[in-house]
Amino acid sequence: MKASPDVGTFAGSVAERIRAWGVVGTVPRAIVAGLIVFAALFIVVIANPPDENGVGSWRTTNNGSAIDDPGSFVANLLDAATLAGWLFIVASGFSLIFGLMRVVNMAHGAFYVLGGYVAYEVQQRMTADTPGFIPGELVNTWEWLVPMAVAMICIGALGLVVQQGFLRWNQGQDLRQALITIAIAVIIADQVTAHFPRSGAFQVGGGNLATITWPGWTERRIDLHLAGVNYSLTRLVILALGLAVGVLLWLWLHRTRTGVIIRAGVDDRQMTSALGINIQRTFAIGFVVGSSLAAVGGTVGASQGGVTSGQDGLWLLYSLIVVIVGGMGSLLGAAAGSVLVALVLTFSASYLPSTGNPAGIECCTQYSITFTFVLIALVLAFRPQGLFGKAA
Amino acid sequence: MRKTAWDPKTVAERGLGLGAVVVALLGPVIFSAYFTSTVLTQTFIFGIAAASLIFLSAYGGMISLAQTALMGIAGYVIGNLVTKGGAGGETKGLVLGWDPTLALVLALVITTAVGLILGAVASRSFGIYFLMLTLTFGVIANYFFGQVTKLGGFSPIAGINQYTPPFVGDILGHPDKLYYIALGTSLVVYVVMRYLVRTPFGLSLQGLRDEPVRLGSLGYNVPLHRTLAFGFAAFVAALAGVLLVWWDGQIAPQNLGLGATIDLLIIAVIGGLGRLEGAWLGAFAFIVINNYVRDIQFPFASEKGVLPWVGGSFNTVIGVVFLVIVLVSPDGLMGIWNRMWDAVRRRGGPSQGVETREPAAEAGT
Repeated sequence: MKASPDVGTFAGSVAERIRAWGVVGTVPRAIVAGLIVFAALFIVVIANPPDENGVGSWRTTNNGSAIDDPGSFVANLLDAATLAGWLFIVASGFSLIFGLMRVVNMAHGAFYVLGGYVAYEVQQRMTADTPGFIPGELVNTWEWLVPMAVAMICIGALGLVVQQGFLRWNQGQDLRQALITIAIAVIIADQVTAHFPRSGAFQVGGGNLATITWPGWTERRIDLHLAGVNYSLTRLVILALGLAVGVLLWLWLHRTRTGVIIRAGVDDRQMTSALGINIQRTFAIGFVVGSSLAAVGGTVGASQGGVTSGQDGLWLLYSLIVVIVGGMGSLLGAAAGSVLVALVLTFSASYLPSTGNPAGIECCTQYSITFTFVLIALVLAFRPQGLFGKAA
Repeated sequence: MRKTAWDPKTVAERGLGLGAVVVALLGPVIFSAYFTSTVLTQTFIFGIAAASLIFLSAYGGMISLAQTALMGIAGYVIGNLVTKGGAGGETKGLVLGWDPTLALVLALVITTAVGLILGAVASRSFGIYFLMLTLTFGVIANYFFGQVTKLGGFSPIAGINQYTPPFVGDILGHPDKLYYIALGTSLVVYVVMRYLVRTPFGLSLQGLRDEPVRLGSLGYNVPLHRTLAFGFAAFVAALAGVLLVWWDGQIAPQNLGLGATIDLLIIAVIGGLGRLEGAWLGAFAFIVINNYVRDIQFPFASEKGVLPWVGGSFNTVIGVVFLVIVLVSPDGLMGIWNRMWDAVRRRGGPSQGVETREPAAEAGT
């Protein structure tokens, strides 16, 4: 293609692109870009806080714009970051299993819920005088980490049983494996409802909600000296945990022999095993690690608002969205997907107009779930394999 | 070539199919009112829904887990449009009180449009990615209707089946009416699907199921074909959704939930993902289990649930049945049927059966 005279400049490269796309390619892209710019503008300058009478316009949101109300904006940004860490913990396990074995583990959400309950039972046994809610000052770091570790081991072992007992001899039949994990998810979800929580539940919203208590030292707000925000330390702990999981996974995959084998297995399973490497052992390790990450996520979830037996679908949904957006089987993709999904979830819940109702339930914040679909549609329209996925 | 249509297996299948249709037509005469209005009507409704799933899977190579959500969307459109508010009326949803015929048309049109949009988004994803994507659509739709209080919110919109189009009439007082509507719709859906897969569109759909890259190189618009197929399946799912709200009278987010999605998948898998007939067979098996096994008191049942020792509810039973079917016969009951005939042939069954097998495979495309 002949280089245009102003090649190299931004305007030149844009002009080049538009010529390459033609009208059919350019118009939808322009509309999408315009909508994204509008959404950003809405958050940054257009949004208005509700006035005292509760009367609002299309500009009314629960928070003001980022310019008027930087505190809320920063708090929302931190909410998104910490949610991203939480999503990453769960979805990276899902993505690891998928990338390595092409298994869509539909039981990942059920593993999450079961992991949360196991951790809850262990913490109850370790700490509580009477079964039920434990005040934060009675729990030290140790009494939070051990339940998590036990949950990781239990769910990891369960994952190993599922992988060895049901999935190993169906390798390569990805649909059948997905159906098998769906059946297992149905059974686990039902058994969890029947048997958990064992020690008297901390009943808030009815049902079988179980809440793990964070270590006492995290239950405070710290002053960030940034736009006057006091932010919850527990949420920052979640972010730190997410980052730690990311760093450890990266080191494991890139700096250890097992990790190198796993990455080789992701790229070319048959070649790896032809080199005399026991790929079955690697698969088992991958499945155990991926499942135990669901348990870490479940422990965090049980600490952050509690775990109930309906959450398996929600966390399966989150895992699916994160890997669809980020790309399958890529650590970077899981991280990018988590950040994008968390941003969309957080900001659509906070910055959609809440016209005329100070409680913000009338319109339009309740439509926030639609934006996750918009995110998926946008990413898939331009990159069907996800942001960091390899072409199929 | 004519002979190939009459090999023993086809004859047996046609005979059984015809017999089933005749029995179904005489259903209200033969069976008890409970059996026709609950078991069989539900079988037809979920059979139509499962047929939309199996159509996509058998002829398009797409396992869609969004069919339940599409059913639910049709149900929500009807529920919001036809119900009337005011004193003693419905409190949930938009309570527009529109003409039921218009609502019926809108439900089908809107659901098909949503299906086309979802199909367009998913049309470039294949295999397991397609399954994951459509599952995501389904769960998002579930949360959407759960959260949006204007359109109904968390609790159900009830009393929808008081308002039916004049050509349908009073289905509350005459449940057999709905029975025949569901049966007739099932037959029409089956015949249209069988016809559709023989049209040029259906043939190219099957071509791109097997060889998407090759068909794409030959100039076929692969995403467009898959989008249209998905739109058609959405229309069929909408029919099932409308029938379901007429049967059930209400629509709630749970009708679109993960549990309902998995139930429909279980129906399709029990029947067999490869053949359309499996849809109604699977629906019948599932609903019979659902209606009758639920009431069986297992010996040694613990106080925790229906099962001895392990506890848990009926879902554990369904989960185990599903697991066993997937492990033993991933192509479901129709797969068992096909393999039974293969076994008969191998054991030196009717010799012309063996001869006609090869041409039958060719003519069957």
